Amino acid sequence: MSLWDYANPVKFMRLSGRLLPVASILAGISLAVGLVWGFFFTPDAENFGSTVKVIYVHVPAAMMAINIWVMMLVASLIWLVRRHHVSALAAKAAAPIGAVMTLIALITGAIWGQPMWGTWWAWDPRLTSFLILFLFYLGYMALWPAIENTETAADLTSVLCLVGSVFAVLSRYAVNFWNQGLHQGATLSLDRQQHIANVYWVPLLVCIAGFVLLFVALVLLRTRTEIRLRRLRALEQRERLA
Amino acid sequence: MIALLLRDLRLAVRAGGGFGLGLVFFLIVVTLVPFGVGPEGGVLARIAPGILWLGALLACLLSLDRIFALDQEDGSLDLLATAPIPMEAVVAIKALAHWLTTGLPLTIAAPVLAVLLHLPQGAYGWLVLSLLVGTPALSVLGTFGAALTVGLRRGGLLLSLLVLPLYVPTLIFGAELVRRGAEGRTVEVPLLMLAGITAATIALMPFASAAAIRMNLRQT
Repeated sequence: MSLWDYANPVKFMRLSGRLLPVASILAGISLAVGLVWGFFFTPDAENFGSTVKVIYVHVPAAMMAINIWVMMLVASLIWLVRRHHVSALAAKAAAPIGAVMTLIALITGAIWGQPMWGTWWAWDPRLTSFLILFLFYLGYMALWPAIENTETAADLTSVLCLVGSVFAVLSRYAVNFWNQGLHQGATLSLDRQQHIANVYWVPLLVCIAGFVLLFVALVLLRTRTEIRLRRLRALEQRERLA
Repeated sequence: MIALLLRDLRLAVRAGGGFGLGLVFFLIVVTLVPFGVGPEGGVLARIAPGILWLGALLACLLSLDRIFALDQEDGSLDLLATAPIPMEAVVAIKALAHWLTTGLPLTIAAPVLAVLLHLPQGAYGWLVLSLLVGTPALSVLGTFGAALTVGLRRGGLLLSLLVLPLYVPTLIFGAELVRRGAEGRTVEVPLLMLAGITAATIALMPFASAAAIRMNLRQT
């Protein structure tokens, strides 16, 4: 039994049908715990007041925004190399979620920036590259419904995803060069000694786990919808031909 | 291949619209900007590098959908696909023809329009150089966008949505190069980055564009 077996839509439907409720419930629990804990049971930070609590939404959303694009990239590659339809549909299903995550990161960032930096928006490298990432999501999402033939649509969006990835990274560095930043550096990393205090760190981890689980649940749900939609269309077509 | 290049050039020049239109659009954009921001020389001089680059970029965008659409309509794209030259070469030639009919004229016209925007004296050379180095990348990336949308009936708007984010790095380094030139600072870093992007896109993008064209042709 290899991972590739789940490229078969029937097997994928069976497995995802079992996984979906589990992922949804876990996502609900960890989000509820993480957010309530973060919002109501952590102290206000020095210099920041209660605005620090925006990180419980901002940081996980920003992480997901980037990671979802990477997931789409992997799914697109799998489609181009092995032509598994489930993979292409998963990439298609993930795109709107990624776009919403990017938007959440941008909006929560603006809400935080208004009291802290005194402005809703600054042309800071991180903010700008997220805006560009959002544009890439929009372009990707716009290309899918524009092409009638589903295989061609999957092909072309995959190629766009590959090229877009290169240019998203390139834009990140170009933007870095173009303007100096207001945004603080990365708070979380695996290889550094100093982290934020544990009081904030633990609920943040729970929130990140919640966002990941939420994404898994949503992407499973949306992929299942896409598969059913495609089956329905195939049935309709058969009926018309008969 | 040379025959294909000549054919594309001839079509662009004679079919009307494509060749001169980009230049006229560039002129109009540059004319409209002072109406928007006011005729003050200082302000115009400050934003001139960005406006000139943006204008060139938009003018370039205008003619992108013609790269493959006409060939697809009359079926010559299918002939090109079965021709003895590889699709990658066809795409590269198409990009070259597009550059010769839009990028190069824009580069030549830019200094004249820069006068209208009071671009500082020292920056003219850098403006021409940056456009000369940067516009090929615009054409090559545009060819990729055109290849993605070739089968679509109303692909124009989608094409700009797909292509414009890809133009971001080129625009940043191109405009930065002129801005630094205008302020008399060193320009090596943006120049080398711009040249690097152009070289890399010329080398790699034809493969992506050709793949997209093949995918589009496969469905029919």
